Amino acid sequence: MRYMLLIYTQEDAIARSSQEEMQQVINGHRAVMQAGRAQGVLEAAEPLANTSTATTVRMQNGNAIITDGPFAETKEQLAGYYIFDCKNLDEAIAWASRIPTGCGGMQGCVEIRPLRAVPTNAEELQLAKISAGRNG
Amino acid sequence: MDELPQMIESVFRQESGRILATLIRISGSFDLAEEAMQEAFATAVSHWPAKGVPDNPGAWITSVAHRKLVDHSRRERTRREKQGPLLYETPTTYEPDMTMLEAEPITFPDDRLRLIFTCCHPALHQEAQVALTLRTLGGLTTPEIARAFLLPEPTLAQRLVRAKRKIADAHIPYEVPPRAQLPERLGSVQSVIYLVFNEGYSATAGDSLVRRELCSEAIRLCRTLCELLPGEPENLGLLALMLLHDSRRDARMNKQGKLVTLEEQDRSLWDRERIREGVALLNQALRMRQAGPYQLQAAISAIHAEAATPQDTDWREIAAIYQQLMRLSPTPVVELNHAVAVAMSEGLERGLAEIDRVGACGRLEDYHLFHAARADILRRLGRRTESAEAYAAALKLATNKVEQEYLSERLRQVAQ
Repeated sequence: MRYMLLIYTQEDAIARSSQEEMQQVINGHRAVMQAGRAQGVLEAAEPLANTSTATTVRMQNGNAIITDGPFAETKEQLAGYYIFDCKNLDEAIAWASRIPTGCGGMQGCVEIRPLRAVPTNAEELQLAKISAGRNG
Repeated sequence: MDELPQMIESVFRQESGRILATLIRISGSFDLAEEAMQEAFATAVSHWPAKGVPDNPGAWITSVAHRKLVDHSRRERTRREKQGPLLYETPTTYEPDMTMLEAEPITFPDDRLRLIFTCCHPALHQEAQVALTLRTLGGLTTPEIARAFLLPEPTLAQRLVRAKRKIADAHIPYEVPPRAQLPERLGSVQSVIYLVFNEGYSATAGDSLVRRELCSEAIRLCRTLCELLPGEPENLGLLALMLLHDSRRDARMNKQGKLVTLEEQDRSLWDRERIREGVALLNQALRMRQAGPYQLQAAISAIHAEAATPQDTDWREIAAIYQQLMRLSPTPVVELNHAVAVAMSEGLERGLAEIDRVGACGRLEDYHLFHAARADILRRLGRRTESAEAYAAALKLATNKVEQEYLSERLRQVAQ
């Protein structure tokens, strides 16, 4: 099963962190990526630019309403992601616990979300809607 | 044949957890396993009156349910070949491993340990962990669990559905965790069991029979855990702790339903057999020389249980054990209990100073038992006005009806 690991950290805390702390975080990520590739389970990993660069597009009455900033102001911001192909949730948790999250990896959290298969035809889209309705 | 329904009922109570654990492993699905087990019990109801009860009813039910899973899987395969898969049938949920199904020997291994760890997986909400554990391992029905937790039945049913869906959709493994993760994951299992026990023991609203059942169920689950993981002293410690608490069940409430403090309880009502077993388990655990919070709490409970009268209680020893507990889990509540033990062993004034020192952290302000403990010591010191103030503060915060009655009674006494 494929899992997306979403990293949330406090951008302002990162901005305040020292050179060494940043280096430590970068080294941590390199180690995780190296291990993930060596085991053939890492599918993707990328950092995101700051939320100060974010633009949110929301459709309203057929028009795209464009606003500056992320979709919601939160204490912690999405800072990057990994995609792993794991046997089960426990494996994904083990990877998540190795990912540094900010100043020396001491702040923030990693959210694990299983990835779903993309429905391929109209009938399956219909079923996906039913299932989404059930979940809601 | 009049006993047959009871016989089947008792097989269900005793064996359903183990049967279900095996069927979940074989089918890879909680829902399929439950369905197959229900069908197998229905078959038992129609077969046993004529053919007699088999020697090993649990194995019989498992075999029949197992065959139903094989049939189901064959039917599914045929249907799939004709129709192609549907999206809502995710492969993990609906496709049992055929080779495993057909190779399954007649004697089934005990899979309950996997089931315990999956039900108590920390990726599930703790309320869901509790419900799922009681439903699958405890064999309690959804209405029974709902009644015990004073919840509307649909709420609880929804909680179970969500938990089972998360297990399937997020691929929570059906495995005993590896050694490295065991301590943490075992902690989660122990918390669920202790939570079930406390729900039955401390809360007093609701059906008392159902609540008693929760305590027995927690004890039964913990016995299973001890049987499956005998080398873990905290499992034994937890079982000892619950047995020792449970031994006082009949003494802690009087005929009018009023709370009776440990000091005022009629000790002849204490269940000696429970105490004997609890103490024996505690000693067995302590010999393993890895003290943990449950063992220490059980040790404190054992000191009370073995004191013939309240005056015989070794409060100095209790204070020493609380000190050890403070090192393992330094919470304000443990510190408060330590302070009370100091008051009882080294003098009320010293204890009161200790309580006020603990209270200075501010985190106990909203904890009714903090004010109740202060009130009790002030009462013993004869400082009635201050005691009344503290009882009033405790009363304002208490939510449990029986405790409220107890506190207002005390308040009346000191305010006279």
